[in-house]
Amino acid sequence: MLATVYAIPDVLVFAAATLLILIGALGVITMKNPVHSALSLILALMGVAVAFLEQNADFLAAVEVIVYAGAIVVLFLFVIMFLGVDSSGHPQVEPLVGQRWLAALGVVVTVAGVITLMVNSHWVSGVMSASTGGTPMATGSDGVTQLGQSVFTTYLLAFEATAGLLIIAVVGAVLLARRERPADEELELGDLVEDDAAELDDEITEEVEQ
Amino acid sequence: MTTIPASWFLVLAAVLFGVGAFGVLTRRSALIMFMCIELMLNAVNLTFVTFARTMSDIGGQTTVFFIMVVAAAEVTVGLGIVVAVFRRRSSTSVDELTELQG
Repeated sequence: MLATVYAIPDVLVFAAATLLILIGALGVITMKNPVHSALSLILALMGVAVAFLEQNADFLAAVEVIVYAGAIVVLFLFVIMFLGVDSSGHPQVEPLVGQRWLAALGVVVTVAGVITLMVNSHWVSGVMSASTGGTPMATGSDGVTQLGQSVFTTYLLAFEATAGLLIIAVVGAVLLARRERPADEELELGDLVEDDAAELDDEITEEVEQ
Repeated sequence: MTTIPASWFLVLAAVLFGVGAFGVLTRRSALIMFMCIELMLNAVNLTFVTFARTMSDIGGQTTVFFIMVVAAAEVTVGLGIVVAVFRRRSSTSVDELTELQG
């Protein structure tokens, strides 16, 4: 029955994306080991990339895999390895009584509310004109060209602002992650040099004695 | 262009957002909470791309592009903060950060 309305390949691709996203997302919130959570996150992001591809967002699907699954998850894994794997925050710990049930209730009410709103409104029916002022979307490989033109003409100021944002983020990350007191490092270095010199003196003395 | 209606993708995005929100509310490890925030951001991205297709407007995809840049910057600074907190506390559990408690 489904096949009479929708093309079977489309349905299969959507089902694959849904499976990837749901399994990955549930894995992120249920796994005890943070490393397993990060790997589940890759699965969910791959599913989102498939959903992007199915909706004619080729460039964004590639960026999703490269930036999210490639860079951000690797950064997560790097920090997890750096801090050491701990399961202190594993799902069995529940500091506030009833917290999990309240959270589940709130989430279910919110999601159900959003879906109800969606069903009862007209703006998901696809009836929309280009009168919104945006650029009508091209199909196929022209989509990438169009996205590039949009970023570098209409949204040029925002694009330049992201350059500033990235510089600030990098400087901030370096500032936050460096050692707290650089004076200590110099002191340790000085001690090290003195120790080395002392050892060298001892060795020379021994050799001379021999 | 797919023949799948937009509402399927929107429901999927809503569920993904719900899963991420549940994770933020229940998990206590700062790292896992960050990952759940990434899930929620991706749910919103999926919604933007769906509406870009439905309304045939490239602006939705451009917005997703900028959201990705901001998300990358956010993760960089956030993980820096986690590392700084870990240096002081030897733990990434947010329950132990209680200095402001009355």
